[in-house]
Amino acid sequence: MSQWKNFSKGFFKENAVFVLFLGLCPTLGVTTSAINGLGMGLATTFVLVMSNLVISIVKSQIPDKVRIPSFIVIIASFVTMVELVMQAYVPALFDQLGLFIPLIVVNCIVLGRAEAFASKNTVISSIIDGFGMGLGFAMALTILGGVREILGSGSIFGFKFIQGDGMLVFVLAPGAFIALGYLIVLVNKINKKTA
Amino acid sequence: MEYIIIIISAIFVNNILLAQFFGVCPFIGVSSKVETSIGMAGAVTFVMVIATMVTYLLQKYVLDAYGIAFMQTITFILVIAALVQLVEIILKKVSPALYQALGIFLPLITTNCAVLGVAILAVQKDYNLLGSVVFAISNAIGFGLALVIFAGLREHLDMVNIPKGMKGVPIAFIVAGLLALAFMGFAGIV
Repeated sequence: MSQWKNFSKGFFKENAVFVLFLGLCPTLGVTTSAINGLGMGLATTFVLVMSNLVISIVKSQIPDKVRIPSFIVIIASFVTMVELVMQAYVPALFDQLGLFIPLIVVNCIVLGRAEAFASKNTVISSIIDGFGMGLGFAMALTILGGVREILGSGSIFGFKFIQGDGMLVFVLAPGAFIALGYLIVLVNKINKKTA
Repeated sequence: MEYIIIIISAIFVNNILLAQFFGVCPFIGVSSKVETSIGMAGAVTFVMVIATMVTYLLQKYVLDAYGIAFMQTITFILVIAALVQLVEIILKKVSPALYQALGIFLPLITTNCAVLGVAILAVQKDYNLLGSVVFAISNAIGFGLALVIFAGLREHLDMVNIPKGMKGVPIAFIVAGLLALAFMGFAGIV
């Protein structure tokens, strides 16, 4: 597989959210606005790239039996780093994302890529895989956040272009499920056409 | 009275699945049959209650006592992972029947964010030990309730005629959205 393919698969063909249905909790939980989605996506990308990097370096040192717990410790260390950095430099975003930052630890995408990719491949391709998957995830979250923000409050990235409130339901919990459902239909359709 | 408010708020008003989005992966993944979703709900209840108890004590007597609260994430997830293993081993010995019923769901629970989410929430909300346990039990019930209702709906979805592109997961999400809308009717009770 060429490195370009390795990178780009995370966006459409194997998009974590729209195609594999992984990491749905933060996807639904934080995407009340495009900027929240982007912030969460980038935080996850950082954890994904760093944990893929470290795991692909130490993979031959870890005994097979304690593989999963070791991966979790590595991931949890990077999540703690992200948590502390975000708390210090972007406290407003940190408050918005709340509990979902520590919950990156149990995001199935991160552990899934560690297990399925980084523990079997070279350092370089693991980093590229991490970037591709992470940015694909960030893209999905930004799109979902954007759709919900446009429909729900008539603004995008905080820039308001419609007066009044919009359809409040899209900012609330039910709108997250419904918007994601329709987005999945759309992505399926695009994937089918390009296949 | 305080506990009744915790119970009602956790089960109906702030339902962990439909209002807070913890544990959506198993919600979409294993909820295609009522039977499996009852098994999953049972396993989650078991682990969630024990995990919340253990992490509460750890937070109070180790992390806070030594001023290393920033280690919370890493400690809690390790405790949960170890606990899941432990529960699996004990169940296998003590109650093979229960192990048969819950067995396949146990490994999945480590990465169920509902468990870690409730453990952290219980600490953040500053409950005492009993309050934390009540909080964990009612969240587990809320999780199970939403899971079983949704599985029942999905069993019926298999039999109805829906547009081809929406079959499977997309329609499941939209139904989940409508279910969440129904649960929003409970808002304002407490």
